[in-house]
Amino acid sequence: MKSRTHSLEPVVFNTFNAIVMIALGIVTLYPFLNTIAVSFNAGNDTLRGGIYLWPRIWTWQNYNAVFAGGTIFHAFWVSVARTLIATVLSLFLTSMLAYTISRKEYVFRQPITIIVVLTMYFNAGLIPNYFLIKDLHLLNHFAVYVVPGLISAFNMIVIRTYMQTLPEGLIESAKVDGAGDFRTFFSIILPLCQPVLATVALFVAVGQWNSWFDTFLYASSKLNLSTLQYELMKLLSSASLSNSNPSVANGNNPAAINMVTPLSIRASITIVASLPILVVYPFLQKYFVHGLQLGGVKE
Amino acid sequence: MTAPKSSFLKRMRSQKQLMLMSLPMLLYVFLFSYYPLWGWTQAFQNFKPALSFSQQEWVGLKQFRFLFRDDTFLLVLRNTIAMSFINLVLGFVTAIVFAILLNEIKTRLYKRAIQTISYLPHFLSWIIVTGLVANALSVDGGIINVVLMKLGFIHEPIMWLSKPHYFWGIVGASHVWKEIGWNTIIYLAAITSIDPSLYEAAEIDGANRYRKMLNITLPGIKSIVIILVIMNLGWIMDAGFEVQYFLGNGVVVDWSQTIDIFVLKYGIQIGNYSLATAAGIFKTVVSVALIFAANTTAKRFGEDRLI
Repeated sequence: MKSRTHSLEPVVFNTFNAIVMIALGIVTLYPFLNTIAVSFNAGNDTLRGGIYLWPRIWTWQNYNAVFAGGTIFHAFWVSVARTLIATVLSLFLTSMLAYTISRKEYVFRQPITIIVVLTMYFNAGLIPNYFLIKDLHLLNHFAVYVVPGLISAFNMIVIRTYMQTLPEGLIESAKVDGAGDFRTFFSIILPLCQPVLATVALFVAVGQWNSWFDTFLYASSKLNLSTLQYELMKLLSSASLSNSNPSVANGNNPAAINMVTPLSIRASITIVASLPILVVYPFLQKYFVHGLQLGGVKE
Repeated sequence: MTAPKSSFLKRMRSQKQLMLMSLPMLLYVFLFSYYPLWGWTQAFQNFKPALSFSQQEWVGLKQFRFLFRDDTFLLVLRNTIAMSFINLVLGFVTAIVFAILLNEIKTRLYKRAIQTISYLPHFLSWIIVTGLVANALSVDGGIINVVLMKLGFIHEPIMWLSKPHYFWGIVGASHVWKEIGWNTIIYLAAITSIDPSLYEAAEIDGANRYRKMLNITLPGIKSIVIILVIMNLGWIMDAGFEVQYFLGNGVVVDWSQTIDIFVLKYGIQIGNYSLATAAGIFKTVVSVALIFAANTTAKRFGEDRLI
């Protein structure tokens, strides 16, 4: 429509843009597709190399080994339990505190906000925290997964910011009808906060599901408290050791009848450990994008 | 004086329920975030867990003096700052460029697909990510070596993770891979909130796409970039722990160890709690000082600020 130089320029740019996007897509997705292929390939065959996007010798053995019972199976359920319990508790308690500081008339609004937000920057550090956990007798106890991480200042700010966008009139009319703050919070505010609660639930659940350091630090001597990520971490260190050891990588070894290797088990646990998140997050995407924008741009 | 005070008390009395709702969590925050600060006293003692507080031996600044004369700690400090800085710069540049490119995509479905893919790695644990990175870089059949060899750039596989000088770059690249999509969200929002009439006016003036990016989009997101830089400066002592812990090995240890790994090693594994606490205090104090310094600087330049 315009001059010729003008009509050529968008084509060049769009082609360049498309190439960048496709490259990014490949770089992001390839490691997963490769891991899926490895997880379905016979372990001793994988050691020969050359598995890219498709398994050479199909097998369910790696997954059977993961779910056959025993430590990894148990660890899976510990991960599920801590994720569910901590998410529900944290969501409830964080939003209750967020509600109080979303009320402009609340006399302690400012001090509470400052006290909580400061914790984002101020941390006593690893050693004092370790002694606190020890003094509270939480070492080697399931509660150590849930109790220390119940509140995050960031999540509280996100919830508070959302609550402040709700129409003030709702709360006033509830007050006129004689509802106290407990009633207002439970029956009016909380149901309206579903989008932001879904977002924060995702954040908390992902954090819980991915956590391994608390197991490592506080519960490593109790095998029945091991989590999926912690088992994966143990395998990662052992597998990288055997990777550098050429005798293990010898696929022609007739003694290697066992189809399962640390490498193939690791691939299948990686898939099991990431699948729940991959299934859930695309559905919550529009909420967390919106939530982050609210929290980020307006703060 | 008395009038506002009594109205304050009156308001307090009418807000019993709000106070009751915030009390449990407030106690919780004090117990888990502020009470452990008491543990900082350990850094000024020769702390022995078996002894009670009054029995501890006080040594003043001895631990701190030791830290700053210790070659390992100085290396660890260098590594932490270097890797943070690399992550910060790489993270910002790639996210801003990616946001601008994403913004130019007009097909909704295509844009959403790219976004969904790019957010994905953010939700994975560092254990999984470092596992994927180690796989990609491995000597036998790692995709990076395979591709470089097929393209003829190298003739035999490079042992990426055993080369000390590559370590910082690998950590930086891993961070970009994991967080580029996530970091983009906020810039994309900032770009979308730029007044479209600015672009229309520029178009009438004959500005092309690049001019518009340079003179409208970039200035339009300047203030959000500054806020985020300030926030991230406060975390410069947090170069991360997991990446270095999982990808590091004996060969690259002089380039891979960070303060957090140092604290873990001295504190939990060797049992020198006082020295580890001192290192932790140093980290927190520097972070808070940086936050306030950056905040004041931003205020002086008349930009939006964090606090």
